[in-house]
Amino acid sequence: MKVRVRCFAAVREIVGVGELIVDLPEGAALIQLISQLGSQFPRLQALTGSLLFSVNREYASTDKRLAEGDEVALIPPVSGGTDV
Amino acid sequence: MGEPMFEITDQPLSLEPLVNAVKRSSSGAVATFLGVVREQTRGRQVRYLEYEAYREMAIPKMREIVEEIHQKWKVDEVAMMHRIGHLQVGEASVAIAVSAPHRHEALAACAYAIDRLKEIVPIWKKEVWTDGEEWVGPGTCEHH
Repeated sequence: MKVRVRCFAAVREIVGVGELIVDLPEGAALIQLISQLGSQFPRLQALTGSLLFSVNREYASTDKRLAEGDEVALIPPVSGGTDV
Repeated sequence: MGEPMFEITDQPLSLEPLVNAVKRSSSGAVATFLGVVREQTRGRQVRYLEYEAYREMAIPKMREIVEEIHQKWKVDEVAMMHRIGHLQVGEASVAIAVSAPHRHEALAACAYAIDRLKEIVPIWKKEVWTDGEEWVGPGTCEHH
């Protein structure tokens, strides 16, 4: 199945494009997509601990099952820490 | 009566259109918030900021914040606008207006709106300093 991945900010700069179509095994969970992207773009791995994810424009946890045509976004950190 | 206003724009922001959009005959107060680009951040000199949004998710998240507000306070209307693109020091990045029958509700809801916006609305800024750059996004513990 194919899902659409939207990339923003630091993630977009690492991936090099704002949008990817990724082929996944049927019934795969979000975590599998993240791991697949991590192998394809090793620099993403440094970020994945702090990334949030959305599926079809709702925040989602990594065990969320994906379906054909889903729109996934990697919501990047949140670098920079605190400010006053 | 205007329509509730939720926008992401690359044009300069001002509060007046938002104030006009939220005013109702029941309103006794309109509270506003304007976030502006500061010259110094975390001790570094800002050259400019570059804002980017996941627009298709950001607008529904703004609406969700307004639903939350209506559950917490008796307010009339809420309007929110966020600017994206290249912003210079002193320019406004985000504008919020909340109307309510009474001032306490308007002020509390306006403070809540900007805090929640920074938590859940997927908009990022790249801070470009005189000596480097960094992306900052939703959930950052940041206070203007």
